[in-house]
Amino acid sequence: MRGHLGIRILQVVPTLLLVSIYVFCLQQLMPGDPALVLAGEERDPQVLAQIRAELWLDRPLVIQYFHWIGNVLTGDFGFSWRIRQPVAMLIGQKLPVTLQLGSMAFIIAISIGVPMGIISAVNKNGFLDYLANGIGLAGLSTPNFWLGIMLILLVSVQLGWLPPSGYVPLSEDWRQSLATTIMPAFVLGNAIAAVLMRHTRSAMLTALEQDYVRTARAKGLREWTVVIHHALRNALVPVVTLGALELGTLLSGAVLTEQVFSVPGFGKLIVDAVFNRDYPVVQGVVLVTATVYVSLNLIADVLYVLINPRLRGA
Amino acid sequence: MSATLATPAALKIVSLSPKRLAWQRFCKRPAAVAALVVVALFIFVAAFAPWVAPFDPIKTSWTLIRKAPSWAHWMGTDENGRDVLSRVIFGARASMTAGVISVTIAAGIGVPVGLIAGFAGGWTDTLVGRIVDAMLACPFLILAIAMAAFLGPSLQNAMIAIGVTAAPVFVRISRGATIDAATNDYVEAARALGNPAWRVAARHILPNIVPPVMVQATLAIAAAIIAEASLSFLGLGQQPPAPSWGSMLNSAQRFLTQAPWLAVFPGAAIFLAVLSFNLVGDGLRDALDPRAK
Repeated sequence: MRGHLGIRILQVVPTLLLVSIYVFCLQQLMPGDPALVLAGEERDPQVLAQIRAELWLDRPLVIQYFHWIGNVLTGDFGFSWRIRQPVAMLIGQKLPVTLQLGSMAFIIAISIGVPMGIISAVNKNGFLDYLANGIGLAGLSTPNFWLGIMLILLVSVQLGWLPPSGYVPLSEDWRQSLATTIMPAFVLGNAIAAVLMRHTRSAMLTALEQDYVRTARAKGLREWTVVIHHALRNALVPVVTLGALELGTLLSGAVLTEQVFSVPGFGKLIVDAVFNRDYPVVQGVVLVTATVYVSLNLIADVLYVLINPRLRGA
Repeated sequence: MSATLATPAALKIVSLSPKRLAWQRFCKRPAAVAALVVVALFIFVAAFAPWVAPFDPIKTSWTLIRKAPSWAHWMGTDENGRDVLSRVIFGARASMTAGVISVTIAAGIGVPVGLIAGFAGGWTDTLVGRIVDAMLACPFLILAIAMAAFLGPSLQNAMIAIGVTAAPVFVRISRGATIDAATNDYVEAARALGNPAWRVAARHILPNIVPPVMVQATLAIAAAIIAEASLSFLGLGQQPPAPSWGSMLNSAQRFLTQAPWLAVFPGAAIFLAVLSFNLVGDGLRDALDPRAK
């Protein structure tokens, strides 16, 4: 098992290296001279040359890459072109907000997706199965931002139950924090709930056909005990690992959700950076997101080995 | 005894081609068939938008600002007095075009690369695999946003960004299908007959990887429609005053209390289009590969 995990961890290194090359190359797509963007109205050739020298833009591309990645490895993602603050600091400020939103979304997704998957599998080809599948497919087909707007319309504008936008940190006032984040978290968790429902249904259907389930039923155990204690415990192994992978997609979904609900998180940071042509921030955010995503993939693999008794001893 | 046995002439063996069989299996799913009709309707509306739309989608009218749905304007009017139904109809054009073109770009890059990687094997396969892993490591929408931002905001650039970002999935699927198809006896036979590698790949393997690619393409169109709407919602796709479902939702946000219909209809159009493509994709998967059901 240690060998397998060691190889898996080592495989992350070239992947992250390629991701960094990919992210670096993105900036080369930018039309025109970045120095001109940074200089604004200034067109003095001396100033432009100075900016190029400061940003290493006057060096060959390969040298630029090694300079950039060297800095990234020491935690230096460069400076925001717009607000002149370190990108790492900006990410450090915004990431906890998105992590709070993401954690709440994941709890909501599990609370909806897993029970729906179980009900669907237990009632295979029945009314509840079709209903759960229909809800799941609808969840997958609903754009996050539209669901968000519709919830604001219903819950905030019509019913006046929750604030339509904004964010209060958890440390400041936990009630207000929950009130401002529950709707965006639900929107974010909606699509993941649908994916988890499908995975749970599929894993439960496989588990319910196994011999140990038949044996448990033959012993006269109640159906509920068979489903929860025998089938679900085994079905959850792939669900947990696939669920960990879905955490990565939360980061994508957060971009639009934070925009709709004006939550000052990681997603809003990249959108604001895009509109201000603040490319170091865009690069930093994409690189950190990819690293988080690759790490989650790794954690999912490790979890799979750890919670699967057959692989644990291998 | 002979009276009870059917004569060979009486035994009617119906031999159906794989395409016909797949179509029959597809038709057994009413939801998929209904969704196919809706998809066809969306394509028709998008193609004939100038003839289907009751009004000019960009013509403003100061006397018709934010009018609620009525017989004259079925979906109401927007903040500039433009007919929402006409804008939703023309918005279908942007969404369908983005869906089809970006998936064509993705498949155009992904299928040949996956075919070569799967067929060549060895270091080519390893290298392609690593690059694909790296590309898939960046969440789809964040990468599409970054790419659209670097290329500049426009529908064309949004389609390129979505297409390039979606390509790795096609590489992975066509690579897997190629490795699977390459183990078949007819491929071995084609090789043994002395056919060059490119001919074996193009004539004998490519046609066999079409079904999984087709399923993925249908599901990818649904994802591309959401991605285009997302980019337009953020202002990185279709630029005003040209209509797009995403940009319509963006401007609708400012008038939620005064004109909620502005947010309801474009979003419902996205939902219906995506749901239909997803249902068609699911139906195709079950029809083309019954084992996956």
